Amino acid sequence: MLEVVDLHVEIDGKEILRGINLTVKNGEIVLVVGPNGSGKSTLFQTIAGNPKYVVTRGDIRLDGESILELPPEERFAKGIGVVFQAPVAIPEVRFSVLLQAMVNKKEGRKLTDPAPQIIAEARKAAAELGLSPSVVERPLYVGFSGGEFKRSEVLQLALTKPRYALIDEPDSGLDIDGIAAVGKVIDRLVSGGTGALVSTHYARIINFVRPNRVIVMANGAVIHEGGSDVVRRIEEVGYRQFFREMGIEVEEAKVE
Amino acid sequence: MSNIPELEQILSDIRTFDEILGYARPAPAELVLRGRITKDMIEEISRVKGEPDWMLRLRLRMLELFEKLPMPKWVNVAAEIDLEALAHYVKPTVSKAKSWDEVPKEIREYYEKLGLPEIETRALLGLGAQLDSEIIYFNFKRKLEEKGVVMLPMEEAVRRYPDLVKRYFMKIFPPEHKFAALHGALWSGGVFVYVPPGVKIEQPLEAFFFISQEMENQLEHTLIVADKGSFIHFIEGCSAPRFSRFSFHDGMVELYAHENATIKFTTVQNWSRDIINFNNKRAVAEAGARVHWIEGSIGSRASFTYPSTVLKGEGASTEIVGITTAKGRYWKENGAKAIHLAPNTSSKIINKSISADGGVSVYRGLVYVAQGARNAKSTVSCDALLLDRESKNITIPHDQVFEPTAVVTHEATASRISEEKLFYLQSRGFGEDEAKSLVVLGFVDDITKELPFEYAVILRRVLELEFGKYGKVG
Ligand SMILES: Nc1ncnc2c1ncn2[C@@H]1O[C@H](COP(=O)(O)OP(=O)(O)O)[C@@H](O)[C@H]1O
Ligand SMILES: [Mg+2]
Repeated sequence: MLEVVDLHVEIDGKEILRGINLTVKNGEIVLVVGPNGSGKSTLFQTIAGNPKYVVTRGDIRLDGESILELPPEERFAKGIGVVFQAPVAIPEVRFSVLLQAMVNKKEGRKLTDPAPQIIAEARKAAAELGLSPSVVERPLYVGFSGGEFKRSEVLQLALTKPRYALIDEPDSGLDIDGIAAVGKVIDRLVSGGTGALVSTHYARIINFVRPNRVIVMANGAVIHEGGSDVVRRIEEVGYRQFFREMGIEVEEAKVE
Repeated sequence: MSNIPELEQILSDIRTFDEILGYARPAPAELVLRGRITKDMIEEISRVKGEPDWMLRLRLRMLELFEKLPMPKWVNVAAEIDLEALAHYVKPTVSKAKSWDEVPKEIREYYEKLGLPEIETRALLGLGAQLDSEIIYFNFKRKLEEKGVVMLPMEEAVRRYPDLVKRYFMKIFPPEHKFAALHGALWSGGVFVYVPPGVKIEQPLEAFFFISQEMENQLEHTLIVADKGSFIHFIEGCSAPRFSRFSFHDGMVELYAHENATIKFTTVQNWSRDIINFNNKRAVAEAGARVHWIEGSIGSRASFTYPSTVLKGEGASTEIVGITTAKGRYWKENGAKAIHLAPNTSSKIINKSISADGGVSVYRGLVYVAQGARNAKSTVSCDALLLDRESKNITIPHDQVFEPTAVVTHEATASRISEEKLFYLQSRGFGEDEAKSLVVLGFVDDITKELPFEYAVILRRVLELEFGKYGKVG
């Protein structure tokens, strides 16, 4: 179980998350929704271990043990795989080299050992995700379209099958076929026992993945929890109206 | 890399490359000529070598030039090099061997630690290994002889093929500055190769240079003549242990590619941190010929290397690839010169450098296009990877274009391993060191691919050692 307990996070001395609580169990999907700037990406970055995001209070636990002191690579080794909303381009590293190294690392081989099988698998997975198989030969995310890097990030999950998949906005920048393809990968991972935390803006993702729970964030806090109907209502009336209906006060200035 | 287990073993046991050879254990020498560079000293060298008269006269002409010519003013360590304190000729007490078993164990060890005999067996058709001022091991496969290829220690070529050698020796690189003239006056060792018309040598030949003691001046001369339509890949490697003071290297490489010949010349420079490395490298390419330089500048305290190609005949082309690592307070110049003298000539200069811990990498280059070199094309691209804020890359391109139809383009990039890149790779399971070595190896990937397998392995391992364990990014 992945638990986030009363998590407070600062960036450059400014408090962004103000006491987040949530849990993700194996084989379940938890959806996180919230307006722009509500802190979803901050939550994902913090769980991944980005040192710029400073935890001032609270805890993140994996199977009951705190992972706050662990560097990002050890969190990954424990089974936390994160898809970032906007990953950095690394022109020096070819996508295939990254995939190969990830698998070599997991299996205790030298990072640069050739692993042709993984490349073949990657090409297949790429095709399933609607990517050209030749995408694996490209330098990491250089000149990738929004849809391409999203699919490529999800491709990494498909290959590495983490115990917890944290996916920040899998649907932004993707067309409807893309969302369907990504949804299928998430579904498959979850039926294999992966716990998924997925953030989104759009209701349409629930046509492709069935969340066990939906968490609504605003201003760095969880302000509501419910089922898929929450997402549909937000899609219909917008966040502002939804918050009003729920009797929740949200400082306007914070909503971008 | 299971097919070269011994080499892999050697390389995986060490933490830094300098550890391989450790501190100096000077090889015994039977003759050492140190001090002021005089006519007497040069006559002595020539006499010991049993040289023909014309070579002695050439040396003495070079001595006159040495006294007249200016110091290469861009060499910022020139003031440190007190030539009078150096041993300009160090003749080891071993005779030349044709098999490694004949080489005394304590000397053989230098080369074994670097995996040279093993590489020779696997990948080379011929090898000359130099210790201080003389070639002490020389061997090549029968296959070469059958094809009419001449490969000899330079001194032997001077004696046995005077007319052939005379035509090219110091004519491809006539001295323009003191260090080149100094080389001409004092040269010793190196390898000569002649490839007959149409002959293609499918595996590389190599010369390897080792400096065993401090305050030495090593000045080997390599001359390769590729006759019409032939092909050769020649590799030079070099290394030295650590010294408490320094040694100087002032070698020269002259290449002549006749019509439609191809010469590929690869350098894997792995001097220790106590070598000041100066190089004189020039090629001439006749019509349709191709010269491909790869300069891997890994070691040394300071390096000044500018592989140059004179594109003399129509349609001649050259590729000059440089890869430089500057880690620590070292100054590493790895430049290039392309001289276009004929129509439809083309040059491609690719220069990559990695700087860390206050290291400075420098690209100093010249593209010259003479009037009448119609449709000459040149592209220059320089990419620098800087691992921290103390480290630097300096790019000094220089164009002299006198032909209106010529197209000369430049590209330069400088990048860092940013915290964002590092975090991303860490989030994919890699420790900081691993993340850095992935970036560094990826950065030079296209260049290591051009090297023979064994050398690609060595280069990659050196880069992992040098930059993988590199400290925090600023
Ligand atoms: N690197 C940063 N430096 C300063 N403020 C940031 C940084 N990243 C995010 N923020 C701020 O944190 C808040 C939450 O942002 P974010 O987590 O990206 O929200 P969401 O993903 O829900 O759109 C926003 O007000 C945003 O401006
Ligand atoms: Mg976001």
